[in-house]
Amino acid sequence: MLRIANGMVASPALAEDVVQETWLAVYTGIHRFERRSSVRTWIFRILMNTANTQRTRDARSVPFADLRRELSVGEPAVEPERFLAGGEGRGPGRWSAAPQSWNEEPEAHLLSGETFDVIRRTIDTLPPGQRAVVILRDVQGWNPDEVSEALGVSRGNQRVLLHRARSRLRAALESWMWAASPRLRSAAGRAENAGPYP
Amino acid sequence: MTQLNEMACQELVALITDYLEDALSQGDRQRFEEHLARCPDCRNYLAQMRVTIRLTGALKGDSIPAELRQQFLGVLQQMKRGSSSRRA
Repeated sequence: MLRIANGMVASPALAEDVVQETWLAVYTGIHRFERRSSVRTWIFRILMNTANTQRTRDARSVPFADLRRELSVGEPAVEPERFLAGGEGRGPGRWSAAPQSWNEEPEAHLLSGETFDVIRRTIDTLPPGQRAVVILRDVQGWNPDEVSEALGVSRGNQRVLLHRARSRLRAALESWMWAASPRLRSAAGRAENAGPYP
Repeated sequence: MTQLNEMACQELVALITDYLEDALSQGDRQRFEEHLARCPDCRNYLAQMRVTIRLTGALKGDSIPAELRQQFLGVLQQMKRGSSSRRA
């Protein structure tokens, strides 16, 4: 909840206030809960309303309601430069800088505290809609219907936001893996399509 | 020579979340899986995506800061004391 609130208001201190107010509203209002939605969807709507109220008090906060704006701008999952334009007997859209296999990477490396830091840090940089969806779906394990309802978006739009968030997280992890693994870098040197990036 | 209905890597990447969410049409799903069967690069991409999702899921254990928890409990206790004194 704190992570989502941080994406919606201007400062961590304000986010803490929002979360605290939300839990108080839940505590005092639970007897009025009418079971028209699941409990956690109800709690999340309180969080959103509380953050929006906070936001209107503070002009510096990011408008969470502008999901429409966030959705209206396209975002490729992988930079187009990593694919071929076509020609030389190869079709357009094939990888030019192909993703590598992480199968040979030691598990300790993949599960290190640093990989979690990369993910956490990247989540913190996500635009509000992407941040909310990936936290609710992939961190908290909510189902798609709950998330669509909680955010007030269609299943399709919820999926678009999830797709963008996951794509950014994968890319951040790939960059980190590349920087952290001599094995991956040397494997790329031998491969026909050289590894992710310079 | 690429057949017109074959999926290219760039398209697979764009559709990968729809695939994982089981939201592809039957035709697209078939093209997706056919491409995957013959493209090791895209298999790597899918594997990377799955690792990413698994690692993200492992964040769930993050707990709220102790200070915030204490503050909240303090406020709750004040509320309880307030309501019990009203009943007295």
